[in-house]
Amino acid sequence: MSILVDKKTRLVVQGMTGREGTFHALACRDYGTTVVAGVTPGKGGSRHEGIPVFDTVREAVAKEGANAALIFVPPAFAADAILEAIDAAVPLVVCITEGIPTLDMVRVARFLRGSGTRLIGPNCPGIISPGKAKVGIMPGHIHKRGKVGVVSRSGTLTYEAVGQLTRLGLGQSTCVGIGGDPVIGTTFVDCLSLFEDDPATHAILMIGEIGGTAEEEAAAFVKRHVSKPVVGYIAGQTAPPGRRMGHAGAIISGGKGTAAEKVTALRRAGIAVVKSPSEMGAAVKKALNA
Amino acid sequence: MKIHEFQAKAILAEYGLPVPKGEVALTPAEARNAAERLGGAVVIKAQIHAGGRGKAGGIVLASSPGEAETAAERLIGSRLVTHQTGPEGSVVKRVLVEERTSITRELYAGIVLDRKTALPVIMASTAGGVDIEEVAAKNPEKIIKVAVDPTTQLQAFHARQLFFGLRLPQPLQRAGVEVFRGLYRAFQEKDCSLVEINPLVVTAENRLLALDAKINFDDNALFRHPDIKELRDLDEESPLEVEASKFGLNYIKLEGTVGCMVNGAGLAMATMDIVKLAGGEPANFLDVGGGASAEQIQNAFRILTSDRSVKAVLINIFGGILRCDRLAEGVIHAVRSLQVTLPIVIRMEGTNVQQGRRMLRESGLNFITADGMREAAERAVAAARQGKRS
Repeated sequence: MSILVDKKTRLVVQGMTGREGTFHALACRDYGTTVVAGVTPGKGGSRHEGIPVFDTVREAVAKEGANAALIFVPPAFAADAILEAIDAAVPLVVCITEGIPTLDMVRVARFLRGSGTRLIGPNCPGIISPGKAKVGIMPGHIHKRGKVGVVSRSGTLTYEAVGQLTRLGLGQSTCVGIGGDPVIGTTFVDCLSLFEDDPATHAILMIGEIGGTAEEEAAAFVKRHVSKPVVGYIAGQTAPPGRRMGHAGAIISGGKGTAAEKVTALRRAGIAVVKSPSEMGAAVKKALNA
Repeated sequence: MKIHEFQAKAILAEYGLPVPKGEVALTPAEARNAAERLGGAVVIKAQIHAGGRGKAGGIVLASSPGEAETAAERLIGSRLVTHQTGPEGSVVKRVLVEERTSITRELYAGIVLDRKTALPVIMASTAGGVDIEEVAAKNPEKIIKVAVDPTTQLQAFHARQLFFGLRLPQPLQRAGVEVFRGLYRAFQEKDCSLVEINPLVVTAENRLLALDAKINFDDNALFRHPDIKELRDLDEESPLEVEASKFGLNYIKLEGTVGCMVNGAGLAMATMDIVKLAGGEPANFLDVGGGASAEQIQNAFRILTSDRSVKAVLINIFGGILRCDRLAEGVIHAVRSLQVTLPIVIRMEGTNVQQGRRMLRESGLNFITADGMREAAERAVAAARQGKRS
């Protein structure tokens, strides 16, 4: 098994006819994901690379049975695109867009509550269940089917981790990039819970970074609810306070959100935390053999 | 994005918040004239983005226009070092000349986003005039917090909760409610990430007054606030960082000698960490982004290497969208055209990595290649130690 995406995923790509949207929609399809529709307002009724295009997400759901949405809409319009997908009751929405205003996401987060939709991101690489489906922008070929669940706030650092795992012969059940923004739809805790319940996942690699308290909340959750081995790494041990390190959410503010605090919280919860990002794969191997 | 106190106060005034009368002065003579207009006794406040100005001597009381001129003379052009500026300090370009106020109570009012609940939270405290983080650590019970749901927006009852929590005298109720309303509206309408009035004072005349103000904006929302963008003061930012931002590069200057060039923010932080673990110090954070073009790579190189403390460059790329062959092409071109003589350690992985590695090998340039992050960091640190520009 795996979590969130698999062979049953029927994907609609919002913003598919744009350059990025086209490139990644095709890469997802090439990987084996069932891409059933694209949405670009004003281009409904046409076909793009053989994929039917609709004006609205509701139509894509009604006519093609889309059950997941992947969003490549520019930041100014991305919140609207997410809200549209929630309104159309799409169960899984993955938003790749970086740079969405935080207060737009505050409204989106409120609308998500009580809806049947799970949002991944924004500002994330997406989700991949190796050998089954890819709903995101990650390079598919570095992944390998297997039993390690990966959850991370980062993009390329997740690829680095996956590269290490694959080289050690350790495949992945599902890899989820939850996004680097201060307001995101799905947290570490949500993913840890899904991995704990997934019989195909035998170990979890969690990659956090400075800013906020999501890692501390994850640590508390692991302590109480996770029986599988968890390995952790926190990026930004050398980051200066008060500076935003690329990701909108990666900032130590008022002395809070440091890597040291997070590492301590994770270790207290029994998580095997590695100091060096080059040791993520090896630590997972060790945890699986223990 | 950060702005100056005088700019923040102007915005708060637009939202009906009471602020002291004041004028900005660029010269001592202007400060003298302003003091005359404000009635003689004034406060001279250095305008820099960093906090901690009071303790650093950046806020001076003057009891006459002459004293105001002297104080401004001393402050303008000086380098103010506060606990937030770093040891190099910040040059004072202008001062705010304000009427003096007699204070009976110092309070705190602020609004930030609570990431855990994804809601804006208004905070008020009777412990004003000190760092709110300090209050939060030592006397958390002294902070009243009210989260505001975007579906209701700020209602009068929210503002009353804050007002009564502060135990202010009844006659101030209307003014107090207006302060919180204005604070919330400013935060919401201007896409702020922080609005802080510290202290919010009760004057001897029993009025509320925003004695200091700090506003930070959400960079991601600046596209819809051209007026706010105008308030950016490039003098307050590091020149290399300003230059990098022109090309959509995320660059933050640090103190070390190993220049880092990485794609992706998380990997860039991890690269800094591993440089440190290898016994070196990163000279910068630099994220070239997901789809860096040859031009961007060239600009990244130029900015990175114009930092004179850089003794070696470490390029760490995990190719996804950014293909390794494209990166190699960009790096080779940049090194040739900029005539970079620093040792360059390259570690590449991911899409088209074989082609990329071959291009580097066949370029005839003296790149040091590495397998994996650890080896790359160790080689870069060793090269930086040797310190010679080969």
